[in-house]
Amino acid sequence: MRSTTVPTRSAAALAVLAACAAVLGGGGPSGAVPTAATGAPQAVQQTQQQQAQSDTCDIYASVPPSSVDGPAVKAIKARRSLVIGVDQNSYRWGARNPNTGQIEGFDIDLARAIGTAIMGDPEKVVLKPVATADRVDAVQKNRVDLIVRTMTVNCKRMEDVAFSKPYFSITQRVLVPKTSPAKNLDEAIGGRNVCVAKGSTAADVFDPAKNGAKKDAGAHLTVVENQLDCLVLMQLGKVDATMTDDGLAAGQAAQDQTVRIVDGDVQPEVIGVAMLKGSTDLTARVNQVLADYHAGGEWGRSYDRWLKPYMLNDAEHYWPVPH
Amino acid sequence: MRARLAQATRTPPGRLRLAGVVLAVLTVAFGGLTAWQLETRASAADRVVSYSQPLSRDAAEIHRSLADAATTASSGFLLAGTEPRDVRARYEQDLAQAAKLISQAAARTTETSPAQDSLSRLNQQLPVYAGLVESARADNRQGIPLGGAYLRYASEQMQTVLLPAAAELNTIETRELADDYTAARSVPWGAYGLAVLTLAALGWVQVTLFRRTNRVFNVGLLGATAAVLAGTLWLAVAGVTTGSALERSDHEGATPLRALNAARVDVLSARLAENLNLVARGSTATYNGQYADATKRLAGIAGRSTPMRRRSGSLPNALALAPGAADQALATAADQYDSWQDRYQDALKAEVGDADYQGALNKTVSATDTTSTADAAFNGTDRALAQAADIEQARFEAAADGTAGDLRLAAGAAAVLGLVAAAAALRGLGRRLAEYR
Repeated sequence: MRSTTVPTRSAAALAVLAACAAVLGGGGPSGAVPTAATGAPQAVQQTQQQQAQSDTCDIYASVPPSSVDGPAVKAIKARRSLVIGVDQNSYRWGARNPNTGQIEGFDIDLARAIGTAIMGDPEKVVLKPVATADRVDAVQKNRVDLIVRTMTVNCKRMEDVAFSKPYFSITQRVLVPKTSPAKNLDEAIGGRNVCVAKGSTAADVFDPAKNGAKKDAGAHLTVVENQLDCLVLMQLGKVDATMTDDGLAAGQAAQDQTVRIVDGDVQPEVIGVAMLKGSTDLTARVNQVLADYHAGGEWGRSYDRWLKPYMLNDAEHYWPVPH
Repeated sequence: MRARLAQATRTPPGRLRLAGVVLAVLTVAFGGLTAWQLETRASAADRVVSYSQPLSRDAAEIHRSLADAATTASSGFLLAGTEPRDVRARYEQDLAQAAKLISQAAARTTETSPAQDSLSRLNQQLPVYAGLVESARADNRQGIPLGGAYLRYASEQMQTVLLPAAAELNTIETRELADDYTAARSVPWGAYGLAVLTLAALGWVQVTLFRRTNRVFNVGLLGATAAVLAGTLWLAVAGVTTGSALERSDHEGATPLRALNAARVDVLSARLAENLNLVARGSTATYNGQYADATKRLAGIAGRSTPMRRRSGSLPNALALAPGAADQALATAADQYDSWQDRYQDALKAEVGDADYQGALNKTVSATDTTSTADAAFNGTDRALAQAADIEQARFEAAADGTAGDLRLAAGAAAVLGLVAAAAALRGLGRRLAEYR
């Protein structure tokens, strides 16, 4: 996790002042719940819709649900196994429990539900860890049939792979140590040393080339390989704040009682299940499972089990609703 | 001055007196210079044996211990709750060994030595590294993925701060060893030159005396000649034998040891990358890349079908430079290395091809299976290389030990023989001089 420091704007004096303020204003909220901060659901929903509409494509668009077996589903059934690409490093989403050797989490529940519904037998579902950068390639090269791995739906990716209807709404949030006096997102990143994962949405937020929403925040970026590396650097006092999506932020807060998620968010997005572009029958099938999974309450129960203790809102807040 | 010299050489006794002075000066100078030059070489040889080679060996051992600590920590991490006591003990032993050798090296290094800088970095960073590893262990035992991030961070600190400092120290100590070797093995041309000059002067005086007096032998001058000849012979024999012993100690000991240590560190780097790839759990291709780099450095890209000697890399290099006595151990190392590569490929296939992480983990490192894992083959390689290192160290000591003593004896002999020659020459000329009274 080689890290590089990229000053987005020279604001050394500001940084020093801010650091002094951080020291002087130490303390901060110290409740037992890691996410004591209250969200702003209304504002979130609004920006989310604005963002979605400003895109050149409809990220909520997917084929209608159907439970008919088309050629793609039949081919998978003939092969007797459905391979689903997952993550094994995102705590509470998809992570390998070192003591049991099993991968578990919210995405894993969903992957198993989809697999079992299509194959009729959980034994025929193979969960295959896939690296973040390898997701599109793994689908296109047929190494996996589906990707259930906190994969953001966006227009560029929709050109490469097909997405199901989105199953979770996320935004970019900021984590700080509990001792930080920052009251909201802007205070937490303004002129500070902020950690982001390489190639992540959070990195784009600060990127002037991509016209990121916070490109003018004067933040000094520390770019690392994996979002968890940010938590290490934050624990060691090498960065002031970490930006990542709310799901992963929840995972970090779950692993460390001394960090909190500050108020405010940017860059609302949705995540979906990715698969091969031509397999419309498979996409329709997955959409059917997703609809049933949500309607049947399993989606909410899985949320309650894995994510609720660390998230700011109830399950339904995160179910993506098209505008 | 010139006038007095002319005065002195005008009469035969004057000439004899002058010859006496010249011969006495030459023979004493020969003894003194030879003794001094041999003593310089003796102390350089002493430094090789008891200072620079041990320091160079210790620096290599610091480097190896640190690399071994990182590798062992990652194995223990992967085994988590089932980590056998041996693995933990090996990690602790590595850290203790490194800490001990660092403080010893610091004690033996002077304030101005360039080694100070790398030593102080090692001293500062070792406890930091150990702390990071403990954080990783604690998190891992609680089942939170942050542990993996800590371990990768710790390993990165090892790879980017500690190991480079150790490598630097190693380079400095190796250079010092090379300098001492050069000093110990340099030919004492001054002594040889003066020997020739002294013998020529003795010969000339004797021939001149023979012409003037028709006496064939002057016992004193003959004795002086014999003493200088004996000194020269001693010088030559001691120079050649210690030179070749030192050459052998370098050729069969120090140089192959250096190559072997490079290979051992590469072996450990490859094993660390293999483990870190599993620690990262498919989240990055970085560590497979590191593994490929390390194994390429080790033995090139040619596989099992090419004999190790014909591959290129630090392991074939260590094999090529090794003395015959270490061949057996190195053949075992090469063999185990190839098994390890096969098992790595097996595990990689399980992880990437079959999405069987647990299977890949079991094929790589296991608390119960100590024979058929990649880790077992790695241990086989590591052990065989350690054995070869012991053999080469023994060769070094056998060849280099005693060279300083031999040189010192020759130095003493040359000094005594020089004085004897001076006394004999003066006595021999004194006899002739007496005839003029």
